[in-house]
Amino acid sequence: MSVTAAADPMLPEPFGILRKRRELSDTFTLELSPLHGGGTFAFRPGQFNMLYVFGVGEIPISISGDPEDDGPLVHTIRAVGTVSGALRDMEAGDVIGVRGPFGSAWPVEEAEGRDVVLVTGGVGLAPMRPVIHHLLAHRQRYGKLLILYGARTPEDVLFRKQLEQWRSRFDMFVDVTVDRATGKWRGRVGVVTKLIARAGFDPHDAAAFVCGPEVMMRFSVQALNERGVADERIHLSMERNMKCAVGFCGHCQFGGQFVCKDGPVFRFDAIRDIFSVWEV
Amino acid sequence: MVRIEGLERILREHPFFEGLSADYQDLFAGCAANERFEAGGFVGREGEPANKFYLVRHGIVALEYAVPARPPLVLETLEEGDVFGWSWMVPPHTWAFDVRAMTLVRLISLDAECLRGKFESDHRLGYELFRRFVPVVAKRLAAARMRLLDMYDSPK
Ligand SMILES: Cc1cc2nc3c(=O)[nH]c(=O)nc-3n(C[C@H](O)[C@H](O)[C@H](O)COP(=O)(O)OP(=O)(O)OC[C@H]3O[C@@H](n4cnc5c(N)ncnc54)[C@H](O)[C@@H]3O)c2cc1C
Ligand code: FES
Repeated sequence: MSVTAAADPMLPEPFGILRKRRELSDTFTLELSPLHGGGTFAFRPGQFNMLYVFGVGEIPISISGDPEDDGPLVHTIRAVGTVSGALRDMEAGDVIGVRGPFGSAWPVEEAEGRDVVLVTGGVGLAPMRPVIHHLLAHRQRYGKLLILYGARTPEDVLFRKQLEQWRSRFDMFVDVTVDRATGKWRGRVGVVTKLIARAGFDPHDAAAFVCGPEVMMRFSVQALNERGVADERIHLSMERNMKCAVGFCGHCQFGGQFVCKDGPVFRFDAIRDIFSVWEV
Repeated sequence: MVRIEGLERILREHPFFEGLSADYQDLFAGCAANERFEAGGFVGREGEPANKFYLVRHGIVALEYAVPARPPLVLETLEEGDVFGWSWMVPPHTWAFDVRAMTLVRLISLDAECLRGKFESDHRLGYELFRRFVPVVAKRLAAARMRLLDMYDSPK
């Protein structure tokens, strides 16, 4: 059986924390299970949930687990403020509210038959992980598969073990770079856009999915364009503050679109004109 | 002249010299040499005279700053197709940082003294080099600025 959090999209469903795993100094992963039972939490790669810490507040967080795995619901969170900080302080056995899944997904069907380039930075690898699982589960449907990942320092590289596992496969290419490092780091040092300039893919047909901080996405789109990847084949995952997450309150509105309902995944040509205006 | 012919071919195929006339390729090849460094070896050391620039053919080099009692800070890694070393153009003509081979590295070095003499008698040759160097420097500057933004940090 497939469950979503609740029949009423505004009503959080109680989920228990099964496990909490520290990923980085400020980033952790929660594995959640509905208190009232149920089967798999069905979602599409790129979608998010609203996570509610009772008495504190509610925030949008992308799902970071495998969409085809019927295990717990997985979220990876960086503690940056009130609610994400409260989630960090919770432990296995605690209960939170979950509403979702919401929003648009990465266009995995549209990308079939093409090379797929995933450009990601920082904690942006978390929302990208479900799409990586999907692409690998249906590997034969795609051309080359590339993950280009940038982080601030080697200590900030998220899902390091998993990146190493993916890198050891023969049917995908994984490249990681950091902005700065000490001599102990054996990998690349430099900006993530340099990985785009070097990577082996067909720029005139590839699909590119980009997820990370907005400044990083802006430079990445430029670098993809310079390689010859057209705006129509670039998708981005955007972040805006949210309240209702279902297109009622207008909190996440920009131009004629709602990030919660029309996004968070957008085709770049649909947002190109306002992309730089969004920039803080 | 087997050595020079080999270098001419390598220079011709290197993106840095793309579009350069055959005559000029010969001239550059006359100032070029193959160099090889084992992993850990230093290509240049901060403060030492910088009298060459390099094209990376194979392997990874790190541009790094030595920090007392700590592992060196790696500023950038460069690899096949990259070019480094413009200290020979800018006084005091000393390396601004260490350059170390992270793997076995094969480089083409171009000798600054040899080139300077040729530039004096053929300004066009100098122009051909500088017009290739400026975009490399501009790209490096853009990348440094991008990193100044510290884009992966929280917007707090
Ligand atoms: C669709 C969507 C999906 C998201 N997926 C994830 C995810 O998978 N993992 C994750 O960790 N976050 C994700 N976020 C971001 C997350 O929602 C915010 O970090 C969160 O709302 C911050 O709320 P807070 O109460 O913890 O911080 P607040 O108390 O509201 O803010 C405290 C401080 O943090 C800063 N801040 C706010 N948002 C961010 C941010 N995104 N990054 C850095 N600093 C910020 C603010 O400027 C403020 O100074 C997503 C956002 C959206 C819209
Ligand atoms: S969060 Fe209410 S409209 Fe998007």
